Parts: sequence; structure tokens; C-alpha cells
Amino acid sequence: MTVYLVRRLVQALFVVLAMSVIVFIGVFAIGDPVEILISPDADQIERERAVRALGLDLPLWHQYLVFLGNALQGDLGRSFVFNEPALKLILQRMPATMELAFGAMFIALLVGLPLGLYAGLRPNSPASKTIMAGSILGFSLPTFWVGLMLIMVFAVQLGWLPSTGRGETCSVLGFVGLQPCNVGLQWSWLTGDGIAHMMMPAINLALFKISLVIRLTRAGVRETMLMDYVKFARAKGLSPARVTFVHVFKNILIPVVTVVGLELGSTIAFSVVTESVFAWPGMGKLIIDSINVLDRPVIVAYLMIIVLMFIAINLIVDLTYSMLDPRVRLETKGA
Amino acid sequence: MSQAVMNGAAPAAPRKDKVETPFRRFVSEFAESKVAMGGLIVFTIIALVAIFASWIAPQNPYDLAQLDIMDGRMEPGTVGGAGFTFWLGTDDQGRDMLSGIMYGLRISLIVGAGSALIACVVGATLGLLAAYAGKKTDTVIMRLVDLQLSFPSILVALMILAFLGKGIMNVVIALVIVEWAYYARTVRGTALVERRREYIEAAQCLALPTHRILFRHLLPNCLPPLIVVATMQVARAIALEATLSFLGLGVPITEPSLGLLIANGYEYMLSGKYWISFYPGIALLVTIVSINLVGDQLRDVLNPRLKK
Amino acid sequence: MAAPTLEVRNLRTHFFTRAGIVKAVDDVSFTVERGKVLGLVGESGSGKSVTGFSIIGLVDPPGRVTGGQILFQGRDLAKISEEEMRDLRGNRIAMIFQDPMMTLNPVLRIDTQMIETVQAHKKVSREEARQRARDTLGMVGIPSPDERLMAYPHQFSGGMRQRVAIAIALLHEPDLIVADEPTTALDVTIQGQILAEVQKLAQTTGTSLIWITHDLSVVAGLADDVAVMYAGRIVEKGPVSEVLDAPLHPYTAGLIGSVPSRNKRGEPLRQIPGMTPSLLNLPPGCAFRSRCPRAAEACMAEPGISEILPGRETRCFFPMNTPAEQAA
Repeated sequence: MTVYLVRRLVQALFVVLAMSVIVFIGVFAIGDPVEILISPDADQIERERAVRALGLDLPLWHQYLVFLGNALQGDLGRSFVFNEPALKLILQRMPATMELAFGAMFIALLVGLPLGLYAGLRPNSPASKTIMAGSILGFSLPTFWVGLMLIMVFAVQLGWLPSTGRGETCSVLGFVGLQPCNVGLQWSWLTGDGIAHMMMPAINLALFKISLVIRLTRAGVRETMLMDYVKFARAKGLSPARVTFVHVFKNILIPVVTVVGLELGSTIAFSVVTESVFAWPGMGKLIIDSINVLDRPVIVAYLMIIVLMFIAINLIVDLTYSMLDPRVRLETKGA
Repeated sequence: MSQAVMNGAAPAAPRKDKVETPFRRFVSEFAESKVAMGGLIVFTIIALVAIFASWIAPQNPYDLAQLDIMDGRMEPGTVGGAGFTFWLGTDDQGRDMLSGIMYGLRISLIVGAGSALIACVVGATLGLLAAYAGKKTDTVIMRLVDLQLSFPSILVALMILAFLGKGIMNVVIALVIVEWAYYARTVRGTALVERRREYIEAAQCLALPTHRILFRHLLPNCLPPLIVVATMQVARAIALEATLSFLGLGVPITEPSLGLLIANGYEYMLSGKYWISFYPGIALLVTIVSINLVGDQLRDVLNPRLKK
Repeated sequence: MAAPTLEVRNLRTHFFTRAGIVKAVDDVSFTVERGKVLGLVGESGSGKSVTGFSIIGLVDPPGRVTGGQILFQGRDLAKISEEEMRDLRGNRIAMIFQDPMMTLNPVLRIDTQMIETVQAHKKVSREEARQRARDTLGMVGIPSPDERLMAYPHQFSGGMRQRVAIAIALLHEPDLIVADEPTTALDVTIQGQILAEVQKLAQTTGTSLIWITHDLSVVAGLADDVAVMYAGRIVEKGPVSEVLDAPLHPYTAGLIGSVPSRNKRGEPLRQIPGMTPSLLNLPPGCAFRSRCPRAAEACMAEPGISEILPGRETRCFFPMNTPAEQAA
């Protein structure tokens, strides 16, 4: 297990390094950073001084090493727009995105698992066919448009839910993070107003995942129901509930957990869209705004953090998977 | 001579109908699903509307001279200053939404299908190469595929647009970079199975040039899964383009695609002027659903594992 | 003598597929006495497994038991509710499946899979159930059962898994075990061990056994009676030794003839010509007639099953090895 873990960590490290090179070249080498970093009305001497101060006269590999060194110390540059450390800006907005993403995943499982289970157990009933047709729609609906329609119906027409923003937040976990950023975590889901604000964005973000969970669960149930061990479980005289929820469900949970876990990353990425629609002040809205005004340090910080998050998520999912499936566990022990 | 040939061919035609060619079987199996046929018909209509937009649309929405700001934000069904009815209303610049949607569809389809096509060529070539060459080439290409597929499409597209800046060409580039990996993975998977078949060995024994083996022998046999992936990817590309345009990273504001039309309506949504966002969204939805329905059925028909 | 453990009368199990009705089991009758072993023999697709599943009530749609009686200790299993049936399953009637690699749930530990079976039918504590599981594992010859209980199925060999499956079947000391080719997937040596143990267990506990197999040599060593199935019907049944020595039905004779060990060295292997007919829209008349060396005009009609010799029944107009024929 330890060997496996170490190997995975080393792999992850290489991916992070590779991505840092890509991001560095992508953001700093394409286009002229001098144009962006230095005020246009600066004269020649000022420019040269700034270029030297910023290390832009160094060869590219040297610049990259400086960038990497700073990054390791938590310094990913300062935002031109906010004039604050980029990392701090991102981390401040992270709780909003995380609670939205987790809310969406929670909704996806809460709705998708039972529906998928039902559709898998009674594949030919009209209700199952409706569920499956709905899931095709869920895959096809453009997220941002559904978001707008939600606002139109529930905020504008019915007036039940607030259309934008995070609502009242509640600071629970104040913690001192990396050196340049002391962040008190603000949460919406702990206040009633916050929940009301979270409702629509979370449902919006969950739509695609609900369809995914339904499809995965249904396919898994149908496949597992044909297995001999399910028939054997029935032959043992177990109750249908036990057969379904222990023998079938536990087997399905493995692929579903894997995919849903992997989807956490994509949920966070896709929250870019939902956050823009609902003006949810998270990382996603920040990155779109930053791309629009070419606030490069923030873009870099966002990309690096997202990459780190993805690698962490992949690692955690793999480990969870091996804990759930005894067959994988044995292989990794052997490795 | 040609007359004789035609005369000779005519009586043979009805008999030929009964011969079951793989293509005929494919068509009849595809037609088994009414839903999929409906999807195909709807998509054909959409494609025709998009192609002939400049003839059938009541207005050229990109020609600023034809737009009258006085017609701005009119409800569906009102008659505008130019004398024709705005069946789907107008947007804030007085653009007829129906015309806007037709032209927007055109951009969405061109960007979606175009990027899918380029990605298909790039991805299929690399996939074939990986499967055929094996060893290091395979490892390098597939590592790249794995790396890219571990990040969601929207993130990769955002990253690329952050590097390259906005614009329609950059959106196409982003879509190609997002999509090629799916094609490469699919083609490599099938090609790995196919290349062990006897006909490839036979072609190798005949000392045919590699490119000929790859494209004339191996590729045609990898087509079925490739077609399925391509269909689905066109739908994904259209959706992604719309999303990027909605976020303001896509097409220019003067020539709006469906996504941008929807975005333009966003601020008026809150004051109850729903139509600016609503109708382009419906058009987008119908397009994507119809392609997905066709793709779903294609997958069932072309998947040998599901054959009874 | 007490009532037989199981009496199946005119059982019909049909599958209603889109292509038509498949008569997988058609008019099958047999009796299993207490403590006896019935060998149910036939090629794949002859309906022997479906017969087994019909008895335990696990025929899934599109299949359905459409007629006949399954009298288990006098109760007709075809008539009782699913609740009542579940009460019997794994308790009074147990089943062992063909492929031991597939019958145990890969994500559940052995103890979970055994304890749930105990607790499904007896209100006992977890500890008592575990005790019972441990004892039964020991009974089927699994060393250090305590350790093995904590293991997952993939940590066992095929033979060991089948022993576990047998142990699960034995947990409630059932009156009847339906074993569906339980040794087919195993090595020959392990097959022998398991056969010997099952026979011993059946004798000591008085459990009746239906042993479904395509292997006549297994039946020869294990069963008291044998029923031979062909195309969903029983074509011959009787005491094992008599049937194997002097088969009445040409199909039985063909089966016996095609067992390699029974042929003399150097002689070409005999085989039954042709293939098993499709059960979908089976033509009327004797199903075996197209492959039968004795087929005649009369075989266009459906032969009934009749007792030709004491205790020996067959479904054939022209039975072999009858006293009259032997005299001739």
C-alpha cells in the first residue's frame, strides 16, 4: 500500500510539474508580458528597469525556475485588478465554489441513485422510460440556459428564490492558511438565506450529474442483476430488500463512487458557468472576469490550484476505490 | 451506349433492393427507432434552415443597417418599423430574434461540425499511429490523451482561450484541442484489435506502404465507433461553443451565435423579457437533443457487442 | 414409507420471447425420495437447469412456470406465495450453482454472506450465526474456518469457493439440495473430492439431492436414480445401474456411447449425429427422431412416457434392450 501511495504521489508530482510548464509558457511566453505588466506611458528607461526587476531579461528556463520558486513559497503574483496576492483572491473564493460543487454532487446522488436504481430494477416500466428520456434531456440541456430559465421561473415569475449572489454567510472555520493569506472561511449553507441562494445554482450545476448518476446506476443494476451471485443470494432466501441494497447496491456503488468522485473536479470546473449565471462569487466567476480583463497572475493561480485539486481528487478517488473493492486492494498490496 | 446501359440497369434495380448490403441493413436497423428517425429529420431541417438562412430569414441580423434601435426589445408577434412581424420578438438592438436564431444556428453548426471534423482527422491519425507504431509513439500519444482527458473540457477550453485570447478561430482551436483526444482513444482502441487481424498481416506481407495500410486498410475498419464518437462530439462541440460564447469568450458580439444571443438576453431576463434568451436556448436544445438521439441509435446499431 | 421429499408432476416452464414461446421444460415428472440422489442428465439446452430453477422458484421473466405441480413434502411450490417460497429457499431447499467463481458476491466477506443466510431464516444472534457458519465450513473440509470467514471470495481457489457455496447450502440442513452442475467448472481431482463429500453429507443428514449434470460418469458414481432430459422433456428415467447398463431410449444409449472411457481403445468415438433441435417452435412428434437410428413413421406422433419395465420409464415407441428385443 505504501509503495503504491508513494508511486502515485511521484506520478502526481510529475503531472503538476508538467502542468506548471504548460501554464507558464501559455500565460507568460505567449504575448508580451511587458505590455501587460508595465504601464503603457512608462518611458524606455523605466521599462528596462521594470524588465530587469521582473526578471524578464533572463532566459526562459531561468524565468520558469524563478516562477516555480515563488510558486513553491505560495507567491503566484499579484492581481493587476485587485492589487492583492492572486493566491489569496482564489482561496477567498474557494469556499463558495466548494460548497456549490458539493451541494450539486449531493443533489445528484440524492436524486440520481434512487431513480437509476428504479430504472434498473424495472427497465420496461413507463416510469423508467420517462426517467431515461429525462436523462437524455439532462445531458443535452445547455447548463447556462437552464440557469437562466430557473431564474426566470423561480426568481422573476414566482419570486420564490433569490436570483443571484450568495446571501448571508456564516464564518465557521477561521484558519490561518499559507503565509500571505489569512482566510476566514465564509459558508452559505449554514444560514437559511444562504441555502435559499444556493438552491438554484446547486440544482443547475447538478442537472448534468443527475443524468450521469442515473445512467451509471441503471446500467450497473441491470448488469449486476444478471450475475450469478445475485441469483445465488436470492436462492439463499434473502429478502428482496437485502438482495437489492446489499448484494446489488454495494457492487454498483464502486463504479458510481469512482465516477462521481472524478466528477467533483469537473463539477468545480463547470461551476464557472453556473457562477457566471447566478453571480455566485466563487473561483469560477473570478477566472472568467480575470480572463476578460487579462489579469494574468490570477489566471495562473487559478489554473495551478485547479490542477493541484484535480490531482488530489484523482488520488483520493483511487484510494477510496481500492478501499471499496477488495480485489483492487489485494492487487495494490501485491504491487 | 449509355442509353443501353440505362435500359439494362432499369429492370435490375427492383431486384437489387432485396439484396441485403451492410449499408441497407444499417439503414433499416437505424430506422427501427422512431425517436432516432425523428431526431434525424429534425436535425436535417435545422441544418437546412442554417444553410439557407440568408434566403429564408426575414432580416440579415449582422447587417447593422437593417437594424433599427427603435424596434428594440419588442415582444414576440409585434410588427416592426420595417413592416414585417417579429414572430419571436427582438433583442436590445432591434434584431429580429427569428433571423438571429437562423444565423446563429449557422455559426453554431459551422463551429461545432468544423471543429469536430478537424479534431476527428487529427485524433484519428494520431490514434492510428499510436496503435500501429506501438512502443514509444503509443506511450507518448496515449499519455497525452490521458492527461488531457483527466481535465474537463470546459477547463481545457478556458485555459486555451486564456492563452490565445477570444475570437471565433481561437474557439475552434480550443474545441479541436479539447476533442482530439476522444477520437484518438477510440481509434486506437479499435485499431489495436484490428491490426492483429489477418488482412493487416496480408497487407504487410505485400509490402504496402505504411500510409496505405493505415488509411486504406486499418482506418475503414475503425470507422463504426469513430462515427458514433464524431456524432456525439458534434453535439458536445456545439454546446461548448455556446457556453464559451455565453461567457463572453467566443464569437464577436456583432455576429452572435446562439450562446451569445442567450447571453445578450440575460440582463433583460430579470425584467421579464424572457424571449431574448428563451428562443435561442430552445433552438440550441433541439439541435443538441436531435444529434444526441441520432448518436444514441448509431451507437446501438454500430456496436457489435449489442448485436443479437 | 413417508411421502417423497419432492414430487414433480407435469411441470411446464415456458419462456415467452419476442421470437416465440420456448418450451424449456415440457411435461416433466419425477420423484426424489428422502435421502436419495437423482441425477438429472442432458445436453446443454435440454432444460435441466431450468427444471432446477423452477423447483426453487427462480425462473426470471420472460420465463414462467405455466403448468404442473411441484410437490415439496406435499406442498405445491407452484401455488405458494413468493413470501412462503422465500421462507423455504436456502432453508428447506438449497441450491448450488455451476460456476463457483460467480456465485459468491465479490465485494462481501464470506462471513457476511454466510451470516445473512443464517439470519434470513433463524432469529439468532450474529455470534450464534457466525458459530454456525464456522461449523459448516469445517464440515465441508475448509481448514481454519475462523480465518477464512474474514476473507473475500477472490482469496479462494475455485474448489474452495464451491466448498463455501456448498457450506452455505448446508447452513440450515435442508431437506433438498438442487445442485446445478456444481463440479463442471472444477479440476477432475477436486471434482472427485467434492462428490465424495457431498455423497457422505447426503447420507448422514438425510438430505435429498438433485444433481444436474451432463456428465454420465458423475451420475454413475453418485446417483440412485437418473432422469435423462432431451429438448425439454424427460426421455428416460430409472435406477442408475439399470439405465446405464441397458438403456431403453436411443438417446440415452447415444449418450452412454459417447462417453470416451466406455469406448474401447482404438475404436472410433461414437457420437450422436446432428444437433440439439431449437426449442423455439419444436415440430410435433418425437424431438429426437431426426437424430435417431430407430426412427420410423410412427415417430411423427408424440410418444408418451410409459413404464416399460418395473421402475423404468421411457418416452419412445421403439425402446431398446426390452426383454422381447433381447430374446429376439
